[in-house]
Amino acid sequence: MGYSINHLRELESEAIYVLREVAAQFENPCILFSGGKDSILLTHLAKKAFYPAKIPFPLVHIDTGHNFPETLTFRDDLAKELQAKLIVGSVQSMIDTGMAHEETGANASRNIAQIPTLLDTIEKHKFDALMGGARRDEEKARAKERFFSHRDEFSQWDPKNQRPELWNLYNGKKHHGEHFRVFPISNWTELDVWQYIGMENIALPSLYYAHKRRIFERDGVILSESPFITLREGEEIREEIVRFRTMGDATITGAYRSDADTIDKIIQEVAAARSTERGSRADDKRSETAMEDRKKEGYF
Amino acid sequence: MSNNTFDSASYMSMELLRFTTAGSVDDGKSTLIGRLLYDSKSIFEDQMEAVKASSEKRGDDHINLALVTDGLKSEREQGITIDVAYRYFATPKRKFIIADTPGHIQYTRNMVTGASTANLAIILVDARKGIIEQTKRHSLIASLLGIPHVTICINKMDLVDYDQATYESIKADYKRFASKLHVKDVTFIPISALYGDNVVNTSDNMPWYNGTTLMYHLENVHIANDRNYIDGRFPVQTVIRPQSDTFHDFRGYAGRVSGGVFRAGDEVKAWPSGFTTKIKAIHCDNQEVEEAFDPMSVVMTLEDEIDISRGDMITRSNNEPKTGQDIDAMICWMDDSKSLQLGGKYTLIHTTKQCRCVVKSIEYRMDINTLSKDQENRTIDLNDIGRVKLRTTVPLFYDEYSRNRVTGSFILVDEGSNVTVGACMIRS
Ligand SMILES: Nc1nc2c(ncn2[C@@H]2O[C@H](COP(=O)(O)OP(=O)(O)O)[C@@H](O)[C@H]2O)c(=O)[nH]1
Ligand SMILES: [Mg+2]
Repeated sequence: MGYSINHLRELESEAIYVLREVAAQFENPCILFSGGKDSILLTHLAKKAFYPAKIPFPLVHIDTGHNFPETLTFRDDLAKELQAKLIVGSVQSMIDTGMAHEETGANASRNIAQIPTLLDTIEKHKFDALMGGARRDEEKARAKERFFSHRDEFSQWDPKNQRPELWNLYNGKKHHGEHFRVFPISNWTELDVWQYIGMENIALPSLYYAHKRRIFERDGVILSESPFITLREGEEIREEIVRFRTMGDATITGAYRSDADTIDKIIQEVAAARSTERGSRADDKRSETAMEDRKKEGYF
Repeated sequence: MSNNTFDSASYMSMELLRFTTAGSVDDGKSTLIGRLLYDSKSIFEDQMEAVKASSEKRGDDHINLALVTDGLKSEREQGITIDVAYRYFATPKRKFIIADTPGHIQYTRNMVTGASTANLAIILVDARKGIIEQTKRHSLIASLLGIPHVTICINKMDLVDYDQATYESIKADYKRFASKLHVKDVTFIPISALYGDNVVNTSDNMPWYNGTTLMYHLENVHIANDRNYIDGRFPVQTVIRPQSDTFHDFRGYAGRVSGGVFRAGDEVKAWPSGFTTKIKAIHCDNQEVEEAFDPMSVVMTLEDEIDISRGDMITRSNNEPKTGQDIDAMICWMDDSKSLQLGGKYTLIHTTKQCRCVVKSIEYRMDINTLSKDQENRTIDLNDIGRVKLRTTVPLFYDEYSRNRVTGSFILVDEGSNVTVGACMIRS
């Protein structure tokens, strides 16, 4: 019998199923759009899920103010192309109004400041389901999260008391004030994502492909020259051919020396890679359970 | 072992296999998964560094591969697995999704969760202990949840001097017990998860074993026929009505094929309305496809305008589902705060349909040890399995679970807490 689909089509079908469940079960869902490849993939899948109708929910971007300019341009173009509504929650204005705090000191980042900004945006727009492009293979705390992940009225995740999730039956029932985080691409790995991007020819910000960039090194991490970073003593800008594997703030996202400037080269590189993509993120290195701690607080 | 190249020709024909691991505490589940990932070169260097560092901190005398999967803080502290953790690896042949589930009795609900989507179950048996209560319990769950393939890994063979007689006697014991269950395809493999014998690489310590390694089995076990390609079933998730001039008259039904094969031109019937019509076209994004089968997510357009909405089901008209409000099902109870209430009312979620139901009777509670039906004590508590009769507020369109795992399953949700409390498999 010739009835079989490959692993990418099966993952696609599962993600589309979940996206449609969200549209059907919730009143006011949204996609949390980070500008990275995973949320671009998620947006692409959402387009597929509802075609020829438009994506029936807005894209929400929590803008730390420290993004790469390429990310923002890409975001705006994509929203325009899909005729999707774009909502931006600004970490900068939360800091300016004292509702979020700017970290200082070594390895300061705006990760923590994202949390109140996100929660404020949820409250303002009364979102009851926030979809994200997180994958279970990214990090060990994420390996345990459900597709439909319940959040109490304080937006907290209770990892020890998660609802069992059986077959493809997703229980999105909740009390007033609670919401869900939903992860349609939970079962994808980094390699699956790249293979699918190749198969579907999905456009990505140029940062993902090898390019010449002005960089410097800090604590073994290659960082891009950026108006948000002040060089320390001994740090020197030079030009190199690099690419990015994830897209976070310009202040913390490490670049890789790589000459993978096409999708096929990237797939080969990822298949052969010996470290995880989050390995270059200073935010996860703080403690062994950094991600679990942040997630309990309401981080994505 | 396969090398790690994924050229585009090969990844376009990779299959997906989902498996779950079961066994009692300390039988070596986490170690086995760590071993599969490690020997297939799927653990990254930075993850391995972290595992090494934690092993040293705990004072383990070797690198503790179990730490690869035991992710959450409290697990690392107690040294046990408390929830389902999902792990991924791929070889050029297949992508694997592992649901690593805990062995403690009190976490049986998690095994049921992991088993619900699995093509294959690995059940670990400690070679020193043989078949124990948990082995039976987990085999029962695998059989009840209709996992098509079961692999019994007899682990810790290093601790019984790789003795063939020990292996053969456990195998015979298991076969005797499993004859009472409905497991279709059982395979036995003697392994040492700790040292890697017969996991990815063939063991030199057990020349008497001439079967395949576990990895070879995972890569080659035939899964294409695990799905149902006979009974056309299409539960409708949502109706697509574009508010645009170009697609002004478009009305499509979005869903995932949950059995059978649908083609443009096929005569279909809509439930519950009972109207028949023909499929005009099947859409995948902006393309039309000739046929759609389980598990494809597609949009169907129909020749006639009939009233169909979420929760309805489209089937092939010559192959009808069962329909009715009196449901006979096996249940696994998942609520730690209350037992299943006779006469209790619950929300029921079946495919894309939601309704309410009342528990009419509890027929029996299953005694896991003897596989017998306990009709004396019929209280169904957390982790208990039993048989119930339910009455639903509206008719369901369903199949027996043994025939279709999608249209034959449903969950019960507590109406006060909104928590999923029961996993159910329809008998008739
Ligand atoms: N000698 C030996 N010990 C093993 C083997 N597999 C696991 N173990 C040990 O058994 C203990 C429990 O293993 P673990 O993987 O945590 O079991 P789990 O509770 O089923 O996940 C650990 O100390 C392992 O090192 C094996 O094949 N041989
Ligand atoms: Mg374990």
